[in-house]
Amino acid sequence: MDFVLVQLLTGLAAASSLFLVASGLTVIFGVTRVVNFSHGSLYMLGAYIGWSLLTRLPREPEWFALGVVATALATGGIGVLLETTLLRRIYRAPELLQLLATFGVVLMVQDIVLKLWGPADLSLPRPRWLRSFVVIAGERVPFFDLVLIGIGPLVLLALWLLFTRTRWGTLVRAATQDRDMVAALGVDQRLLFTSVFALGAALAGMGGALALPDGSANLQMDLTVITDAFVVVVVGGLGSVAGAYLASLLIALLQAFGIVLLPKITLVLVFAVMAVVLVLRPNGLLGRPPAEARGEAHVLALIRPASRALRLLGAAALVAALLAPLLAGPFLLSVLTEMLVAVLFAASLHFMMGPGGMASFGHAAWFGLGAYGAAFAAKFLLLPMPAGLVAAPLAAGAAAALFGWFVVRLSGVYLAMLTLAFAQIVWAAMFQSVEITGGDNGILGVWPAAWAADPRVFYWLTLALCVAGTLLLRRMLYAPFGYALRAARDSALRAEAVGLDTTRIRLAAFTLAGTAAGLAGGLSAYSNGSVFPTYISIGRSVDALVMVLLGGVQTIAGPVVGALAYTGLFDALLLVTDLWRLVLGAAIVVLVLAFPQGIAGTVQRLWLRGREA
Amino acid sequence: MRISRRTLIAGTAGMLAAPAIVRAQGSTPIRIGEINSYTAIPAFTVPYRMGWQLAVEQVNAAGGVLGRKIEVISRDDAGRPPDAIRLAGELLNDQKVDLLSGTFLSNVGLAISDFAKQNRKLFVAGEPLSDALVWENGHRYAFRLRPSTYMQAAMLVDDAAKLNAKRWVTVSPNYEYGQSVVKWFKQLLAAKQPGVEFVGEQWPALGKIDAGATVAALAQAKPDAILNATFGPDLTNFVRQGNTRGLFEGRGVVSVLTGEPEYLEPLGDETPEGWIVTGYPVDSVTDPTNKAFIEAYKAKFNELPKMGSVVGHALITSIVAGIAKSGSVDTEKMADGFPGATFDTPFGKANWRALDHQGTLGTYVGKTALKGGKGTMVDWRYVDGTDALPPDDVVRKMRPA
Repeated sequence: MDFVLVQLLTGLAAASSLFLVASGLTVIFGVTRVVNFSHGSLYMLGAYIGWSLLTRLPREPEWFALGVVATALATGGIGVLLETTLLRRIYRAPELLQLLATFGVVLMVQDIVLKLWGPADLSLPRPRWLRSFVVIAGERVPFFDLVLIGIGPLVLLALWLLFTRTRWGTLVRAATQDRDMVAALGVDQRLLFTSVFALGAALAGMGGALALPDGSANLQMDLTVITDAFVVVVVGGLGSVAGAYLASLLIALLQAFGIVLLPKITLVLVFAVMAVVLVLRPNGLLGRPPAEARGEAHVLALIRPASRALRLLGAAALVAALLAPLLAGPFLLSVLTEMLVAVLFAASLHFMMGPGGMASFGHAAWFGLGAYGAAFAAKFLLLPMPAGLVAAPLAAGAAAALFGWFVVRLSGVYLAMLTLAFAQIVWAAMFQSVEITGGDNGILGVWPAAWAADPRVFYWLTLALCVAGTLLLRRMLYAPFGYALRAARDSALRAEAVGLDTTRIRLAAFTLAGTAAGLAGGLSAYSNGSVFPTYISIGRSVDALVMVLLGGVQTIAGPVVGALAYTGLFDALLLVTDLWRLVLGAAIVVLVLAFPQGIAGTVQRLWLRGREA
Repeated sequence: MRISRRTLIAGTAGMLAAPAIVRAQGSTPIRIGEINSYTAIPAFTVPYRMGWQLAVEQVNAAGGVLGRKIEVISRDDAGRPPDAIRLAGELLNDQKVDLLSGTFLSNVGLAISDFAKQNRKLFVAGEPLSDALVWENGHRYAFRLRPSTYMQAAMLVDDAAKLNAKRWVTVSPNYEYGQSVVKWFKQLLAAKQPGVEFVGEQWPALGKIDAGATVAALAQAKPDAILNATFGPDLTNFVRQGNTRGLFEGRGVVSVLTGEPEYLEPLGDETPEGWIVTGYPVDSVTDPTNKAFIEAYKAKFNELPKMGSVVGHALITSIVAGIAKSGSVDTEKMADGFPGATFDTPFGKANWRALDHQGTLGTYVGKTALKGGKGTMVDWRYVDGTDALPPDDVVRKMRPA
């Protein structure tokens, strides 16, 4: 019984830590609708800035508190900078483009922090009071845990007072509910957004500084914390601060007790919780269904058949791709092969995300399942490569149909996060089934059949399959199915009214997208000769999103352009500079600012403008 | 137009960027391709890079090998196996390197090893600890320098048995390295000390340890002793919670890698005393080779070397010794010549075992202690890798013919 009490307190302290980060994220999302991927970076900056301040300040509690507040102010300032120089310029851009921009910021901050603070983990020497403990029920409970247990609800209370008892808070709540109406009433949204972003950033920074007594400032903490923060926000209900606290409690307590009963559950627990919550409550614990957006959702460009010029361009690119092996060396060829795989992978995500209106944060699940499907076929069933390349899309498609049944009932960020949850569950399954999958060491020796062992032959094979897959997806968008899919996206009500079964249509699109991604994964397995759980990792899913967003969600050529631009840029920078993350991040930010509709989207608009003038 | 590349050439004069030049045997440097997770795991790989840079400089100052200088062409794999494989292809085909080397993560190491096998090119792994690299997945062209997870566990097990503890718990990151350490440690300790019980285990996700809950769960099992395999940020969190909650008081702790400066330093004045660890007592070693290495390193970089620095340095000297013995950089000749080659490392002489291509570089086993508010190792001894490996027939059974 004593143990239960102590573990309960431990869980409460962990919940507060989670809540500090998640509250800032949910506040920002609630008002600005920005999916702020760089929230983890602000947290990391908070830890590093906090370390720099606190190691220079006296070690008494009051100075510690002052240092934490100063850190929060500093990261709040960084938040203002971020909002005014970057995000403010792209609020009108298509949904999720902000995610791309903030991803660029994540990359830049990683290199900047490494340059400023060096590679070593920085730990804050703990003064005596931070090491002290209180004996409760015969067990030691760290004093700082008790402090944290208090801070969580205090921050919750402060935020509640701020949002309900101040004019600023009233405006923020109004903006959360109906942005357009607030704007119509003459409220300066720019100031509102900037201040909200500053508040969120300050909370993240405070969370980072308060993580120091229990750990260290290190270069992995940004990505470690961001997924957990997103999970908390989504489980709680987007924009709901109280929901975020509730979700933090739920997750932290399940974690504290779960690891006692099932020690190996650590990899999958938070995502399993999220999956269950979202299946039962599609808008999170305390979230409201999103307000019907006015106007903006319906002005998406129609998808028209490609113009003659574009067709010629596409044909020319295809001819160039066909002839490439005659000129390219082996390395360039391997890069080109990877690009082709990326094109199909991005096109498959675009299929469900653009015309289907279902953004996914876990698209790597299908890519990875395809890769594992091919690897299993090759290693366990000893099937030849062609059979492996059939097994890949089938395995991924079947899994996508199964998971899709739950996913397509949701919408927006909730849908995206449920796909992430499933991807993480698949990832954990592959990671932990060491006997079958080799765990993180992966499955080796999945090399192409003898007839395709020549890199040029394998390249042509990849070219044929990826181009065929991409064109098939494109063809479907011009078929009645594609129109029905877009109808379901633009107005589910009207689509239902004319007799379309929107759920089935969305499920079909989801399954097709998974199947195509599976083919890409299978090709990738043979081209690299091995399969690893990293194929299903969050990073891989983010790659897909970045490619689609970079190219432009609302054009069919978008994912192709985005995939080529992103992989090309990545591969080139990796060879050229140590600081590739800084350069790549900056390039993404510049591209986002220069091409707010994505590269292909913006080019298309300029082209059309030229025609119409 | 050539793509401008990050070519690191350490000549006697230092680092120069050189254009591609016509290569002729005897006049041009031997090209060593090197891949590592520089951006993904900088805490280890940045000192590692400084280690090999120093070694390249020293080797070339001494005239190189086979009358040729050496140069290292280095790539960052971003911690992703597929990118590592592609870069291995680039090094092989475009940069025309004579052999491949490096890597930190076991999965990247295994991927490149498989690539090397496929392409019949030599691969010398520096850091990856996975046993599979030289055993289950070992092959003619793959070599590995550092003591593996088996060796790390074997080095600690004697002292662990001396604790005479009956009830053990384990805490280990939830991936292959952690699983492998726990598996070997259990097996070896049970053989040495019949009747030992493992009464609890914790498997925190790498980088995401919930330290308070983990510590409380371990204490709940009322163990006599603890095996720890966490490292890096997880270790710092674990130690802090463990200290405050008194987990380590009156209990023996055996801890893998914790004595390595990169992991010991962040513990600072909270370094728990009396843990039995593997590591590198860089502030108290006395033998002249080690001293000379530390002095040269300090002179060049103005800081003390870390374990990564030793691995980086020994990686180059082990390759150079292998090439010298082979008398050529032809892959087949090197695959025949490397086994049995003896090389100098900061820790003393080591060699490439003919049996399984494992390097016999050892590591230090000792106890943690606090000195002047910093963690250090005391009562240490150097354990040669040879003494921490299973009998030859056991190895033969694990390694494919």
